[in-house]
Amino acid sequence: MDNRRPSRTVSDPKVRQVGFVTPGAAPPARYLSEVPTTAAASSPPSGEPAPPAISISPVMIPPPRHSPSPSAPLAVPNPARRESLQIQVGGYNPPEVLLGSPPLTSPSSRMDDTVSQFSEDPSMSPCDGRSGAAKVAPSFPGSSGEMMVMKAGTVGGGSNTPKSSWTTASVAKTRPGIQEKEREAFVGTQNDGAGASKTLKEKTTKAERRALQEAQRAAKAAAKESGAGVKLSAAPGGAVPANTKQGKVVKSPAQKKDGPQVANPSVSSEKKVVDRPPEKDRKKDIPPPRMQFDDIHRVEKAKRRALVYQFEAKNRVELFRHLPQYIHGTQFPDLETKFFQLDPMHPSVYKVGLQYLSGNISGGNARCIAMFLAFREAIRDYSTPPEKALVRDLTAKISSYVSFLIECRPLSISMGNAIRFLKNRIAKLPDTMPESEVKSSLQSDIDRFINEKIVIADKVIIRHAVTKIRDGDVLLTYGSPCVVEMLLVYAHEVGKQFRVVIVDSRPKLEGQALLHRLVAKGISCTYTHVNAISYIMHEVTRVFLGAASVLSNGTVYSRVGTACVAMVANAFQVPVLICCEAYKFHERVQLDSICSNELGDPDVISKVPGRKDLNHLDNWADTENLQLLNLTYDATPSDFVSMIITDYGMLPPSSVPVIVREYRRENLWI
Amino acid sequence: MARMDFEVVVLAGGTSRKLNPLVSQEVPKALLPVANRPVLSYVLELLEASNLKDLIVVVEGEDAALRIGGWISGAYVDRLHVEVAAVPEGVGTAGALRAVASYLTANDVLIVSGDLVTDVPPGAVAATHRRHSAVVTALLCPAPVSGPSDTGTSGGKEKAKKPVRCNIVGLDPTRQYLLHMATGAEVEKDIRVQKSILRAVGQIEIRVDLMDAHMYAFKSVLQDILDQKDKFHSIRQDILPYLIRTQLNSEVSDNGVIKSESGMDNISSQNDLRWLSQHREIAPSAFQEPHAFGLKSLPDARRTHKCCVYIANESKYCARLNSIQAYSDINRDVVGEASHLSGYSFSAQNNIIHPSAELGSKTTVGPQCMLAEGSKLGDKCSVKRSVIGRHCRIGSNVKIVNSIVMNHVTIEDGCSIQGSVVCSNVQLQERVVLKDCQVGAGYVVTTGSEHKSESLARK
Repeated sequence: MDNRRPSRTVSDPKVRQVGFVTPGAAPPARYLSEVPTTAAASSPPSGEPAPPAISISPVMIPPPRHSPSPSAPLAVPNPARRESLQIQVGGYNPPEVLLGSPPLTSPSSRMDDTVSQFSEDPSMSPCDGRSGAAKVAPSFPGSSGEMMVMKAGTVGGGSNTPKSSWTTASVAKTRPGIQEKEREAFVGTQNDGAGASKTLKEKTTKAERRALQEAQRAAKAAAKESGAGVKLSAAPGGAVPANTKQGKVVKSPAQKKDGPQVANPSVSSEKKVVDRPPEKDRKKDIPPPRMQFDDIHRVEKAKRRALVYQFEAKNRVELFRHLPQYIHGTQFPDLETKFFQLDPMHPSVYKVGLQYLSGNISGGNARCIAMFLAFREAIRDYSTPPEKALVRDLTAKISSYVSFLIECRPLSISMGNAIRFLKNRIAKLPDTMPESEVKSSLQSDIDRFINEKIVIADKVIIRHAVTKIRDGDVLLTYGSPCVVEMLLVYAHEVGKQFRVVIVDSRPKLEGQALLHRLVAKGISCTYTHVNAISYIMHEVTRVFLGAASVLSNGTVYSRVGTACVAMVANAFQVPVLICCEAYKFHERVQLDSICSNELGDPDVISKVPGRKDLNHLDNWADTENLQLLNLTYDATPSDFVSMIITDYGMLPPSSVPVIVREYRRENLWI
Repeated sequence: MARMDFEVVVLAGGTSRKLNPLVSQEVPKALLPVANRPVLSYVLELLEASNLKDLIVVVEGEDAALRIGGWISGAYVDRLHVEVAAVPEGVGTAGALRAVASYLTANDVLIVSGDLVTDVPPGAVAATHRRHSAVVTALLCPAPVSGPSDTGTSGGKEKAKKPVRCNIVGLDPTRQYLLHMATGAEVEKDIRVQKSILRAVGQIEIRVDLMDAHMYAFKSVLQDILDQKDKFHSIRQDILPYLIRTQLNSEVSDNGVIKSESGMDNISSQNDLRWLSQHREIAPSAFQEPHAFGLKSLPDARRTHKCCVYIANESKYCARLNSIQAYSDINRDVVGEASHLSGYSFSAQNNIIHPSAELGSKTTVGPQCMLAEGSKLGDKCSVKRSVIGRHCRIGSNVKIVNSIVMNHVTIEDGCSIQGSVVCSNVQLQERVVLKDCQVGAGYVVTTGSEHKSESLARK
């Protein structure tokens, strides 16, 4: 990939011409953080060989000021931590360590970071995993006992109060005993998990069990380390075996390799102990790898779990069997009828799911906003069930909502990012925070995300992009990307003289609505279908496109047809500008649109609107040799993209990984 | 919290004049047996199947409420949590709702008529309602074909001429929004369609083959309407047309909803609106606002509300028990083509004969018949497409065709009953011939009398 890039810059001088320019409007803080961005972006063409330490990252080249010292890049405290990091940000992580902060201060600060981030209780002193656990534990039995009492109270109240309030009406009083039982049964089924575990393990308190578990874990880890220590006993004894409790524990070489990092071994052991549970959460954060729908066993399993009945799709296209098949037609009524049966679902989440399924809400931003607003409402109405930790339970809840939404329609990448943000926020909540505060802080987080990452980002993009519109331009857009629409309207408002060519395609014909709105605003437009693209491209001076996502190899993942438009524009030497909010960026690398895509309704392509006489494909599903394919997205290679306009400025596609890397951990998600 | 933020109100009505000889003080309309089960049980079981177990049943009249309440607490003792509320007679459906309005706390209310016999899942209506965040969503069903039991008699012909249940429904081209609704009684020769709505939509589809099934999902603004418009008497005749009429010029706009909510909610939902409206303003494409309305420019989008419909599938059964004709139709269908509704298992002969029923020799019970427990039939009887209740004593040589015989009826030898409804405790003496008659409870039909298209009841 690296050797492809220079040649491209040669072949397409326009890329450089448009260049990586951030207008003065950008806040100074952003400028500061963009320094490495520029460095990274400019370095590939210079052909500087990548240092061996970071050869795993395909595009990334560290700025020269950080010489790859042998200790820093591999400063990975333990294998588990390393794994988690790699899962988090893929190949770009080690350089990030490099760029993070000066190497000397970084170890301790990073350790502290991880400790406070991973430990469930920030007040926990960094002394010993055991005592820490014990310190957390006492709060549990007491509170859970309280909860139980409260539960009993509400059970009683629940069955009594409504009746008493019904004094005006004559009440068909069912026998109270049975009523009570029924209620109780209902409550029981609601939190059966808690109840079951309670009855099973009545004898040991939660604290005891926890302590036991921790001890086992610590012992295991110690054994492992000591085993390794025997092998590599030549390591320098930088660390002091302070933790005598674990007997023969000699500080492991794995930690010694970190050398200066491990200032206090007890910290590391402590970290190790508390590292585990968040590790699991961590894994949950990452959207599970796309399900391979041609794997029969997995599909069976998923079907059993699914809330929405999964139907078999007919006449599947062989090449796309691994994708979730489009089954809306049968799924939708089924989901509707089950409206009241899906117990754990929050009504607002359900509503959003229905809206996805019916197509009432489409488009990455809109879907993301709708989802977040639904989650916000769900969080508002959330209350931690007794005997559960808020962080865990809420994460599980959100996960179940997400899987429901996935069943309604596969997630867009932007939604995946947003979900990851939310889960991170939940995971980082301190345990001591009262529930009401947690809820309000999460709600404000969601608001902030919507505001900053979508609403304001769009405005910034428009401000950037409008500088690229000159008087007399002919702008081409494809479909109905909302940012581009905003841009065109804004440019018109600020008095730019331009003409718009709207290229549209069946079956959605979204461009028509766009055309309607633009014409209503007084913008002169030309409307054509994508099959006339090569004809119309002669007159076009700029192509503005939207994107569902921009992947880290610069590939633009967008509505199907975008690639074709971009390619033709490239052939005609017309610059292609992609408007995309940075929260839609993703570290995934994708070379084609086959391995990951979304299938739409195959029926819609067999129908021609307004031409009922064209019914040759009416019963196509009966013909076994015929499969219809309605893809939703395609991947535009970065070669065809001149510039990506995002809320961090205007960049060449090669700079996408920098944004992904730099802003994911720091500004973007926190 | 109510399930999915929906509360359910069943309007079980009181007595109905249309069903006159059949209903009485003892048998309110809701308890009228359909296939030997009170008609209300069909609604309750439908709701139960949808996991809606906290219901409010509103009944007109204290007596009726007591009876219905008694029956419900007996039949659904451990299955449903039902509150029965009595309202004075003659307050209408709107009045009934007003009476229980203070108990409705959820965001949406599902209102079901107690005389509905259907298998359309209420969840579908609710889901449609939610999806569109409509103010009201009505369930429309394909109008049932009125009974083939009208055998070419003159009376039947007259009935057929009269469009009894003719609803005129105006829909948008996508068939999601309700733009016009008028019932047969209100329609004289012409219908008036609001110009503003027509202009906004561009095209209205007028349907007459749909029936309003009286299952509505209402937003909580319903309460405001009930408060403001105290003259409103009925949901169907006042509230629904009002909402449809004002959908482009809403007086129940979303702002009103927010104000009615309390403190914390207030702020958040305003925030909600701000985000959404901000984004919607800048990206109208993303939210396919009423596709129909969206394209045409509207004066003020915020002053509109949506009235939606859920049109039930052709294959679903849906009927309302609101006339004698409908009563016999429903009875016939429930043991016939819509037999899954009855909840009984059918025998190989496609009929239901309770094991405790006794049949004389040479007595035949045809398909699509029902014979409840303890009934005795004499010799050489013939029962076709009829429902016979509990503990009936039926003599020899009796012919029962297309009829409904309720409980504890005595039918003596040689009677012939066709297309009739015979209520409980009726005595039909020997050789009575009934055709298309309704016999009120406790009536005694004297020996040898012949009746045709008559309504017999005790004075």
